[in-house]
Amino acid sequence: MIYLENVCKTYSSGIPALNDVSLHIERGEFVFIVGASGSGKSTLIKLLLKELNPTSGKITINGKNLAKIRKSKLPYLRRDIGVVFQDFRLFDDRNVYENIAFAQKAIEAPSKRIRAKVLAMLSMVGLLDKYKTNPKQLSGGEQQRVAIARALINKPEILLADEPTGNLDENNSWEIMKLLENANEQGTTVVVVTHNMEIVRAMRKRTIAISEGSVAYDIEEGGNIYEV
Amino acid sequence: MKFKSLGYCISQGFKNIGRNRVFSLASVATMSLCIFLLGLFYSVTSNVSYMVDQMSNTLCVKVFFDAGISDARIKSIGNSIKDYNGVTIVHFTSAEEAWDKVKLDYFGEEYIDMAEGFEKDNPLANSASYEVYFEDAGMQANLVKYIESIQGVRSVNSSQITADSLTEIGSLIGVVSAVILGILIAVALFLINNTISIGITVRDEEISIMKLLGARNAFVRAPFVVEGITIGVIGAALPLLLVFVLYDSAVEYILNKFSFISTVLTFQPIGEVFQNFVPMALALGIGLGLLGSIISLSRHLKV
Repeated sequence: MIYLENVCKTYSSGIPALNDVSLHIERGEFVFIVGASGSGKSTLIKLLLKELNPTSGKITINGKNLAKIRKSKLPYLRRDIGVVFQDFRLFDDRNVYENIAFAQKAIEAPSKRIRAKVLAMLSMVGLLDKYKTNPKQLSGGEQQRVAIARALINKPEILLADEPTGNLDENNSWEIMKLLENANEQGTTVVVVTHNMEIVRAMRKRTIAISEGSVAYDIEEGGNIYEV
Repeated sequence: MKFKSLGYCISQGFKNIGRNRVFSLASVATMSLCIFLLGLFYSVTSNVSYMVDQMSNTLCVKVFFDAGISDARIKSIGNSIKDYNGVTIVHFTSAEEAWDKVKLDYFGEEYIDMAEGFEKDNPLANSASYEVYFEDAGMQANLVKYIESIQGVRSVNSSQITADSLTEIGSLIGVVSAVILGILIAVALFLINNTISIGITVRDEEISIMKLLGARNAFVRAPFVVEGITIGVIGAALPLLLVFVLYDSAVEYILNKFSFISTVLTFQPIGEVFQNFVPMALALGIGLGLLGSIISLSRHLKV
């Protein structure tokens, strides 16, 4: 599903972010990517979204070589990838319903089906009663649940979560992880970038550690990890 | 972009104006101010040009004929002059009419009896003439040459200095107007583009989220284009309204305050000024709104 072959990324300032990274994530996997700040985790997410291009190496998603994808086809690739950010990135000038519906509007889905889909997603993340609320009036955990609903409403094959619990307390963090796990159980490939080693250890999923731009280790169950 | 998304994009464009009301207001204000200044300048230059044109229209040359020429030949000369490109009016004055006019001018109605002695011996017997009016002062020199070359024409009276002065004034107004209008439009472009650009930059994150969600460029761009056009229409309509209201008041004020002006100059009717200024203002407003949105947005669509 996701292949990285000898991927290097050096920013124009000359700072190296990733150095010869190769990895393979299968369809339906749940993978944690861990590492210290500045290790290159977020660069990896940006490369997968083609927000950035690698300096060298090859990235393939769903059989498509990202280097060869035409600009006009990029939106269609991104429709297969849901994304969740640490800072939620919701539209503050729209209510919860409109934020989630926007993802459907963006892919020009038929309007007739949008309402039912949004309500189903709101029900899934437990925010049905807050559909008219402005995101600013929600707690951090609730905002992240809205962001997950927005990321999942287009039924992406891959869900990328960049520090999804970074701004949340322990209870809310677990709520979010449960939602991500549910999505994974329904067939979505989930890639979570995180600092939260407690969650990584407890969830016992495949864990890839990145250190100074390289893969430090890649283990099947993260339960044995105590330090990155 | 799919047709069914068009309605959504248009409604989003209008909503965006409200959501970003500070920048929308700034864009409309900048655009209105620039177009208003253009309107003021255009009204002044258009009027000066109109007045010069009016003066040009009163310009004429007088054509006199050889002694003893037949009426048929005079008529034929008249037809040849009428056929010349740019000639608007050819007016014949017979020797008798010329003498009647001179009598009246020289003796006045009170002493016109004093001219009775000339009744049977018209001093202007060879002064039948054509007054030839033409479109453009610049064509006078060639017209005079043409008329002089017609057989039977004795002389052509004209004031080349007046014609040359009017032509020069007309060209000078044209050049100065074009330069100042060009500068004003360039300044307007710069200011409006900057304002729209800032308005889009503050929504950079919104645009990047749209792109990451898989929105196509056309879908992201459409609401901004609607927004740009709307701001352009409002930004042009406000100064048009203001210039419309101010123009008549200004003309009325000038004519009341300086009544002698009305005896020498006629102001251009507002309808004629607006004939060019309305499409100019709308094209500028909509064009700048549209281009400003597209150009500014293209920098943010590279996500």
